[in-house]
Amino acid sequence: MAREQSSYESFIKGLWRENPVFVQVLGMCPMLAVTNTALNSLVMGLATLFVLMGSSFLVASLKHLIPKQVRISLYIIIIATFVTIADYTILALLPAVHKELGAFIPLIVANCMILGRQEAFASRHGVRMAVVDAAGMSAGFMFALLALGGVRELLGNGSLFGVDLFGPGFEPWVIMILPPGGFITLGLLLLLFNWIAARKRAFLAEVAATEREML
Amino acid sequence: MSQHEPHLLLQPAPMLRQGMNTPRAMLDVWLALLPATLAGIWFFGLGALLVLLASMAGALATEWAFTPASRRRAAIGDNSALLTGLLLGLTLPPGLPLWMAFLGAAVAIGIGKVIWGGLGHNLFNPALVGRAFLLGTFPIAMTTWAPSGGPFWEIPPSLLALPFQSPAYDALSSATPLGLMKFEQQGTALPELLLGNTGGCIGETSGALLLLGGLFLLLRRDFDWRIPAGIFLAAATFSALLSLTGDGYPGPLFTLLSGGMLLGALFMATDPVTSPLTPRGAWIFGLGTGFLVVLIRVFGGFPEGMMYAILLMNAATPLIDRYTQPRVFGRGGGRDRGEQTS
Amino acid sequence: MSIGNGVKEPGSARLALSLAFAGFISGLAIIAIYEATLPTITANKAEELRQAVFRVLPGVTRIRKFESTPEGLKENPEARGEEVVYGGYDPQGALVGYAINSAGPGFQDTIRVLYGYAPAERRVLGMWILESRETPGLGDKIYKDAEFVANFEDLAIEPQIVAVKKGTRSAPNEIDAITGATISSKAVARIINEGHQRWKGRLPAPDGQPGIEEAEQ
Repeated sequence: MAREQSSYESFIKGLWRENPVFVQVLGMCPMLAVTNTALNSLVMGLATLFVLMGSSFLVASLKHLIPKQVRISLYIIIIATFVTIADYTILALLPAVHKELGAFIPLIVANCMILGRQEAFASRHGVRMAVVDAAGMSAGFMFALLALGGVRELLGNGSLFGVDLFGPGFEPWVIMILPPGGFITLGLLLLLFNWIAARKRAFLAEVAATEREML
Repeated sequence: MSQHEPHLLLQPAPMLRQGMNTPRAMLDVWLALLPATLAGIWFFGLGALLVLLASMAGALATEWAFTPASRRRAAIGDNSALLTGLLLGLTLPPGLPLWMAFLGAAVAIGIGKVIWGGLGHNLFNPALVGRAFLLGTFPIAMTTWAPSGGPFWEIPPSLLALPFQSPAYDALSSATPLGLMKFEQQGTALPELLLGNTGGCIGETSGALLLLGGLFLLLRRDFDWRIPAGIFLAAATFSALLSLTGDGYPGPLFTLLSGGMLLGALFMATDPVTSPLTPRGAWIFGLGTGFLVVLIRVFGGFPEGMMYAILLMNAATPLIDRYTQPRVFGRGGGRDRGEQTS
Repeated sequence: MSIGNGVKEPGSARLALSLAFAGFISGLAIIAIYEATLPTITANKAEELRQAVFRVLPGVTRIRKFESTPEGLKENPEARGEEVVYGGYDPQGALVGYAINSAGPGFQDTIRVLYGYAPAERRVLGMWILESRETPGLGDKIYKDAEFVANFEDLAIEPQIVAVKKGTRSAPNEIDAITGATISSKAVARIINEGHQRWKGRLPAPDGQPGIEEAEQ
């Protein structure tokens, strides 16, 4: 890496420019499976945040002790430990949510975003930067989960975080709660995200062109 | 009228997209659909007309919103969006709230067509994409059938539900011939199926008038006759075999005349954009659709399977096209297969 | 990479050792969290089941867990699996009925049902869905629609429960199916019927049954 990014840049890139879902298209399995309500999205986001920050911290601290040949196995052991801790904690504290999320909490271990951050970032940077990067990536992931879960709960249930917004006469869009609704909404959100990014690029190009003319 | 052509065609020969131009073919389809549409309005009353209009309005509004201003005249002018709206409207139950019809048409054009790159680039039949979305989204509204033959000017109250609000239904609701067959093992007389005075979607009930429209399209060579022929052949044969087992399965005539079979086979499966180009491919497409319809109707959870059958075969169309390409002249021969020449 | 830049390759023993060490630490962490959360988790599960039993057996204040053995019902608080029923007793200590587990295929996935059964009257007293993945908005009405659940309060189970079209319920053994979710409604009826077939010969009525007498002492 040419220069060390500032912590702010490092955080914000995970949220937007390198958003794990909308730009890198990682972690699709929990993204599509558990986002039928905003609450489920939030719990999944928090669990992922906990796992990613914990593993990034450990991997960055221990990076000189981890032999390269077995690093992937060691990363997975570290991630799996944090996932198990998250799994039991949710089961004890929020049994109803755990029932809904079901197998997808243990499956956080298979979220390639988490292993990807260890390999691509935490193992090559200092502890502070690794934690900031993990926080940014998890925040970006949670932002995407909440965007998807919010839309799906709003249309599929007429509520947000369980609070009814449309009154009793609301006709629920059943498909939004079901897997096809997840796919359709995710596709439309990707479209929206790319459209905004394209608009921004076009705008910047125009600004640059005007500046050249001025010179 | 100038048509918007893609700048670069990325597909193997034949490049011909069947020799006809879009507006003329669209006009023929309009004419062919007219009798069945009028019959639907006659049987289900003013409400049916409103549903059709809401669907067409949704289609037009969406096409307008997603087309760059410079191409709007051509895109709206070729009547294809309006036709998608009409076709979707014809597959909706007559008491559907107007806002749902509008939304379905918006999805049909937006997700069924615009996203793929516009007319001619979509993989699935847009009207059926809209209908599949509505059936998945509002399963109860989409399977509640207002009865036919009531006073013409009477509008079902469910029709006028406010956007995002649940419709209120009359106590009176009827069942479709397919529903009666599936859930109550009760047949419907063939003359009624031909005439169309039964419960069902707005445009699917009148078998005779749909056949008339199909005959018109056939004489004008607007569609590949192999597709409907294949559908009818496969559906009739499969259902005849099933009814021979004597377990109360419907016979071939009921299978052909009930539900969306005629409307789907004659007007939707034949959509040149989403069906195979080669004659052999058209046969495969037709036979596959016919087989799937009966399979879904008899063994699936839904009473009707036409929509899913066509959508599934739509998905298989690029594959069918690829494997039924005529062999390039002078190449291959012997045991060589078409795909090895590329 | 390490090859070619002069760093010595670590031996296999060191690799195995580091993995084993990581596994050991990870195991300790998992055991710790398991031990820390286990009491809460077991309490939650037991509470959930108690709530369900109270729901399907109205008027019950005390629950006892029985296991079906070849010699009849035996009280066994540790019993698990297929052969377990719960006996519900009113404040006077009389048996109200049994809460019975039964499971079977629904529209999407297996549905697990707990139903209350009064052996003397041969009636169902209540029904509660323990687990289901039925379609949200349609099939999930088997537990979200209070009207459907109320069908099972005081329902004749013989000859068998029949789901009929909504509004046409006429016989004491009929339930109103949910509009648009006929398959899920019929599945619930079928699951209870199957449970009844499995259990009907094995559940003694309140008085004079050795299995319960023994347990009561």
